[in-house]
Amino acid sequence: MKAILSIIRKEFLQLRRDPRLLPVIFISPILQLLLLGYAADLDVKRIPSVICDMDRSAASRDYLDGFLNSGFFAVEARVERMDEIDRYLDDGDAAMAFVIPRGFGDKTAGGRQASVMIIADGSESQSATIGVNYATMIAAKYSQKILLESFERVKGLGLKPVLVNPEVRVWYNPELRSRNFMVPGVLGLILMIMTTSLAAQGIVRERETGTMEQLIVTPIRPYQLILGKLLPFVLIGFIDAIFVVAVAKWGFVIPVRGSVPLLFALCLAFMLNTLGIGLFISTISRTQQQAMLTSLFFILPMTLLSGFVFPIENMPRFFQFVTHVIPIRYFFVIIRGIMLKGAGWPELWDQVAALLVLGTVILGLSVARFHKKLE
Amino acid sequence: MSGNSIEVKSLTKKFGGFTAVDGVSFEVGRGAIFGFLGANGAGKSTTIRMLCGLLDPTAGTATVGGFDVGREPERVKRVIGYMSQKFSLYEDLTVVENIRFFGGAYGLAKKSVDARLPWVLGMAGLKGRERSLTRTLSVGWKQRLALGCAVLHEPEIVFLDEPTGGVDPASRRRFWELINELSERKVTVFVTTHYLDEAEYCNDIRLIHAGRIVAGGSPRELKDKVIRNPILEVATDRAVDALEVLQKEPWVLETSIFGTSLHVSVADETEGRRLVRERLAREGIVPQRVDRIVPSLEDVFIHKIEEQAAGGEGSAEAAP
Ligand SMILES: Nc1ncnc2c1ncn2[C@@H]1O[C@H](COP(=O)(O)OP(=O)(O)O)[C@@H](O)[C@H]1O
Ligand SMILES: [Mg+2]
Repeated sequence: MKAILSIIRKEFLQLRRDPRLLPVIFISPILQLLLLGYAADLDVKRIPSVICDMDRSAASRDYLDGFLNSGFFAVEARVERMDEIDRYLDDGDAAMAFVIPRGFGDKTAGGRQASVMIIADGSESQSATIGVNYATMIAAKYSQKILLESFERVKGLGLKPVLVNPEVRVWYNPELRSRNFMVPGVLGLILMIMTTSLAAQGIVRERETGTMEQLIVTPIRPYQLILGKLLPFVLIGFIDAIFVVAVAKWGFVIPVRGSVPLLFALCLAFMLNTLGIGLFISTISRTQQQAMLTSLFFILPMTLLSGFVFPIENMPRFFQFVTHVIPIRYFFVIIRGIMLKGAGWPELWDQVAALLVLGTVILGLSVARFHKKLE
Repeated sequence: MSGNSIEVKSLTKKFGGFTAVDGVSFEVGRGAIFGFLGANGAGKSTTIRMLCGLLDPTAGTATVGGFDVGREPERVKRVIGYMSQKFSLYEDLTVVENIRFFGGAYGLAKKSVDARLPWVLGMAGLKGRERSLTRTLSVGWKQRLALGCAVLHEPEIVFLDEPTGGVDPASRRRFWELINELSERKVTVFVTTHYLDEAEYCNDIRLIHAGRIVAGGSPRELKDKVIRNPILEVATDRAVDALEVLQKEPWVLETSIFGTSLHVSVADETEGRRLVRERLAREGIVPQRVDRIVPSLEDVFIHKIEEQAAGGEGSAEAAP
């Protein structure tokens, strides 16, 4: 115990004197938060829209209110006939149009299937897709069964149907803000990058500068050495976790619906994995530079396969299979579950179990590889 | 248990196909100052590292403080102190922080570290510099601090790997005084060096060459056997210029260059030192140091020793 504490104290003294420390701990999360919080906030708000209510019933008004109150659409104009819509779309005054056909009210009242037509400006496919996604979401909230017919209007070519493919993420993000999706993800990325690469470099530095030789001849046991070297990075991980969650909650106003203590406790389960990988990297690198490059070599593919960049469902089967051994995949589900959905143990225990099993295996293998010898 | 602190039998270390230490055997008596002499690359560090449990021997056995280094390396570590050839304390910690850290690493209570602290500081001459970053210390200070950290836990045996490499003669003498003090307290000191003059300070010496022990005994015995043409190591920034000058001198038997130092073989040590300094001074070269070092295989003396050493079929090529 005394040996572990000595190493931890020494680690902190060294960290405190390292001029790169503060930049590394805070700059990297800040950059990622800005990048993913602002730049990647692709959602378009208050899309200018044209309304064509040919039914003019209480039901149609009620239904349209659902759209308009969502805050995602702004009424640019209300028109009587469908052919009037074209002018607004052509001039670029509106990007979307909602058409309620005659008989909408009667059909919904009679429990029959009614349909609503959405026309999006095809030249602005990004907003069109997002707009259609919003509309789909809102339509789904409406209790009646309403068939949504989406069209894309391309100038000169008329209307053509849009393949509505509401992304899965939308379901977890009722405010439909992609920021809500991205920012919590930063927590996972930061923890992975910081703890993996810092731990690997911290251990390799002892080998590179020769201090490891002096440590090996002390009676310190390998597990004490490993704990002493890794625990300080758990603390750095927590500092970053607190920082990122605080910025997400108060800076980006992202809801934190679930239990924050549970979230931090599960950060620990995740760090079991990332520190294990860091320790492993330290056993295969000779210099700090090698350790850094090797960390990148691990972190990049893990990020790509995490579900953060590409949805796992859209990956080729082989890669879908591979994602099962990527710890951050489970951690992303945990963070988003806790923050956005208020999930707790009942929803997350399987993800936690996966993290713990993976973490134990990774750390176990790395510890087995870590020898208190020079070679 | 016998009166020996260290017993080594046919210890061998191979790195791939290369044999760095080749069936070395010797004993070190309790409280002795045991000098392990050899040129660079002879296998001194490799031997010491096996004895300290840093490297696993390829073959052979060794006991240190009565414990087998292969089977009980962790028990060995409780009774030894080690100072590696390359300075290996934390440069970004202060003097006191280093001492406290290694105290903790050896499991010493804070009280015992507090009690030892003044002794280490006094010994290393670092009183008043407790809060200096280790990085800022001169080499001589660093080496004494490293020795202090290595003996903090009062080990029975200390291993010092070229503890006086690259420091000025005054620091070097001071360091040997410290080694003597340790020996007076019945600590066994195993010290390596490639400076032949330092053999004088040891009670017992082994000469290692290309991984094999080629001679041994007291300093006097060794000198009688070994001394032929002394080799002087001349440390200077202008090694190439110095080489060109000295090569042409009739009294220089042989010269070779090693980075920032020159090896010059002469007929007589004292005379040679004087001539080297004099000749270089005329070119405006003032060497930082001129030391007599342990000669390597190419040097004349070794042939004589080989006849006496068990082998006889000639050694592998040596790194001088
Ligand atoms: N880890 C290693 N791998 C390969 N060769 C090594 C290693 N360590 C030392 N050697 C080689 O073994 C020989 C003896 O080295 P060493 O014991 O360091 O010599 P000395 O300390 O006497 O200068 C040298 O030729 C050196 O290059
Ligand atoms: Mg050496």
